[in-house]
Amino acid sequence: MSKVIVETGNRIAGFACQAARAEVIAAYPITPQTTVVEQIAELVEAGKMDAKYIRVESEHSAMAACIGAAVGGARTFTATSSHGLALMHEMLHWASASRLPIVMAVVNRAMGPSWNIWADFSDSLSQRDTGWIQYYCADNQEIFDTIIQAYKLCEDKSVFMPAMVCFEGFILSHTSMPVNIPDQKEIDDFLPPYNPPWLMDVDNPITHGNIVYPDWYMEFRYFMYEAMENARKLIPEIDKEYGRRFGFEHGGHVETYGCEDAELLILSMGTIGSEAKLVVDNLRKQGLNVGAARVRVFRPFPKDEIVNLAKNAQMLTIIDRQVSYGMEGPLHTEVKASLYSQTDSPLTAGFIAGLGGRDVTTQDIEKMVKKSLQYLKAGKVEKEVQWVGLRE
Amino acid sequence: MIYRGLAKYFNLRLATTLLLTRMDTMAKAPQKMRDLPPTPLSCPRIASTGKTGSWRTFRPIINTEKCTHCQICWIYCPEACVELDATNLPKINYDYCKGCGICAHECPLKIIQMEREGVT
Amino acid sequence: MATLKELSKEEYFLPGNATCAGCGAAIAIRLAHKALGPRTVFVVPACCTSVIQSAFPFTAFATPCLNMAFEAAAAAASGVVAAYEKRGVKDVAVLAWAGDGGTVDIGLQALSGAAERGTNFIYVCYDNEAYGNTGFQRSGASPYGSQTTTTPTGKKEHKKDVPMIMAAHEIPYVATACISYPLDFVNKLRKAKEMVGTKYIQVLTPCPPGWRYSTERTIEMGRLAVQTGIWALFEIENGRFELSSPSAGLVDKSKRKPIEEYVKEQGRFSQLTPESLEEIKRWIDETWENYKKLQFNV
Repeated sequence: MSKVIVETGNRIAGFACQAARAEVIAAYPITPQTTVVEQIAELVEAGKMDAKYIRVESEHSAMAACIGAAVGGARTFTATSSHGLALMHEMLHWASASRLPIVMAVVNRAMGPSWNIWADFSDSLSQRDTGWIQYYCADNQEIFDTIIQAYKLCEDKSVFMPAMVCFEGFILSHTSMPVNIPDQKEIDDFLPPYNPPWLMDVDNPITHGNIVYPDWYMEFRYFMYEAMENARKLIPEIDKEYGRRFGFEHGGHVETYGCEDAELLILSMGTIGSEAKLVVDNLRKQGLNVGAARVRVFRPFPKDEIVNLAKNAQMLTIIDRQVSYGMEGPLHTEVKASLYSQTDSPLTAGFIAGLGGRDVTTQDIEKMVKKSLQYLKAGKVEKEVQWVGLRE
Repeated sequence: MIYRGLAKYFNLRLATTLLLTRMDTMAKAPQKMRDLPPTPLSCPRIASTGKTGSWRTFRPIINTEKCTHCQICWIYCPEACVELDATNLPKINYDYCKGCGICAHECPLKIIQMEREGVT
Repeated sequence: MATLKELSKEEYFLPGNATCAGCGAAIAIRLAHKALGPRTVFVVPACCTSVIQSAFPFTAFATPCLNMAFEAAAAAASGVVAAYEKRGVKDVAVLAWAGDGGTVDIGLQALSGAAERGTNFIYVCYDNEAYGNTGFQRSGASPYGSQTTTTPTGKKEHKKDVPMIMAAHEIPYVATACISYPLDFVNKLRKAKEMVGTKYIQVLTPCPPGWRYSTERTIEMGRLAVQTGIWALFEIENGRFELSSPSAGLVDKSKRKPIEEYVKEQGRFSQLTPESLEEIKRWIDETWENYKKLQFNV
């Protein structure tokens, strides 16, 4: 029987890990991820989850243990935030190049110093080159659904790459929302048991990861690139299938709201994307032709969806909850890159907002839209990158 | 599982026990991209680095008549190229022997001589 | 107890690999296979072993081998163990096989964590007393006064005592070994395999290019290390310390060979000052006083 529970994003992630029948979890606590692993520990010790939980001594070891468990034949899960993800960086590369379908919840939190435990995307977006699929969630239902979908995607024979399911610390992780948990039998039907891509098996001894000379390294990297492209194709298919079975889908790569005839599109990720929907409703009442597109999957980057969305728009208001120092917000950069080969692309205005957990309100977003409309009227974007709400 | 196809990729009969004297089928190297496994998975093979016998300057010669089959040279060979027959009489596999000289140095009866390669 | 006769003739570390001539680590790998057999999974961090197994597409390991990042051997092994336990895979030894670098220095955290969690695996540190794979820079396991590429005038610190650190974790089994005493090493591995929990064995593996001696003397160097007492063979089984033969007979200082016989044979000690030599002697004597206390409760 499916049921509705009211729970925080973190505990929902724990329940998703249980529903996905993860077999080995290795994780290290860090605020604001802690209740994910606490939830899992409770479930395992109460016998409600048939899994091994390795209470590793660091995040680097957490990913190493997940890699070991995956090649030992188990479905694996871990979770982290911020500095924990940063500490894991080396092993993120190791997991993706080992082609292991590890799923990780990243509870987005700002990087220090100074210590800041609140939400921004500096942790996960700075890992965008590691070969991990990246999902960004906007509510707790999506957290649950996406974790299940991520396993389905990662364990597909044409993919076998790891995925991180990201959601903002405190905004989602510690906020309770009603979430529909589907019937376990139906989830099992959607997500069959783990079939490892390769194994440490004494009956079939192989060595993984010894030296590869320049004469073959590129080909192995090409396979990863290809796998990402295969994932690109599968992501909306899996989301749709999940929607058919369970009644919830989240837009595939990009969740759109009021974009069909919009002159200006608000592009953002995570919960800012939810707020943007309210802004669209408000501004349409004022007669403005505005739509919102929430980029749900950052890797593989939805180039084609962006190109399609931009076809009818004149201006893109791009909100980044991260900045790549020396350049601009990553979402902004990647949107522009996706549009580069098109003729007649819309103008883009980039906004850096919400770093270190600073609230991004509907009023803030409206101001960004109004600014962008000024640029549109003037025919050029005076300031391509703007920081929002600085206390000058 | 993808890697089970490795046997096909490498034309190798995967065996978990590999007696030196019976290593017959040798794994073949991939020739093109689609010969590769999806991630670097390597197959066990004698001469994984090549015929390392070409490295040596000196070669060990065992005086088999005086040998008491004590197995000391066999246990200490880093290269696993001292092969023992059914009576534990040692024989050097010169294809891989790197000429380190441990066997000669450790032989309790000093009946292994290190001879310069290419002299005789 | 193992004998040479009963050891298997099957080889799981195949010849024609990339080891240096006279490599001590190669002997250790061969012995480990003779002790544990083919139902062994190796988890190998960055170290000499990662390179000596040769390059893709071939490997010298005829047992499964998971290469791993430098500091993560014990953590990855913890994962393999958990997966095997979950899947009911029985009778397979999971062996983390790391050099002294990946154990004593960068790998110590993961090892300590795995031990503290009682992870059921065997961790073998094969010790050539420096970072051999990268060209012989000093490690925490390098002995006092030894010359490495980052201690050109000799290391100013003593060897980090990881066996005692592991004993402080109260794991069921800690042991030291040396390839020059092959049956002792085999026995210790076999004993470890039969126990449940974390088992730690540190095996001395002399290295011709690093220690700077002629390749045929690898076994001799290991033997001298034990005979002079600079390396002792012992076990700590469930907290009980016991010296192994022949170290058991060396508690009496007069029975230990003078350390000069060891250091004068190796280029890495060629520039020892008289003061450094005295310091090494003092350290050996102090270490053995401690062994005496542990063994005889005095």
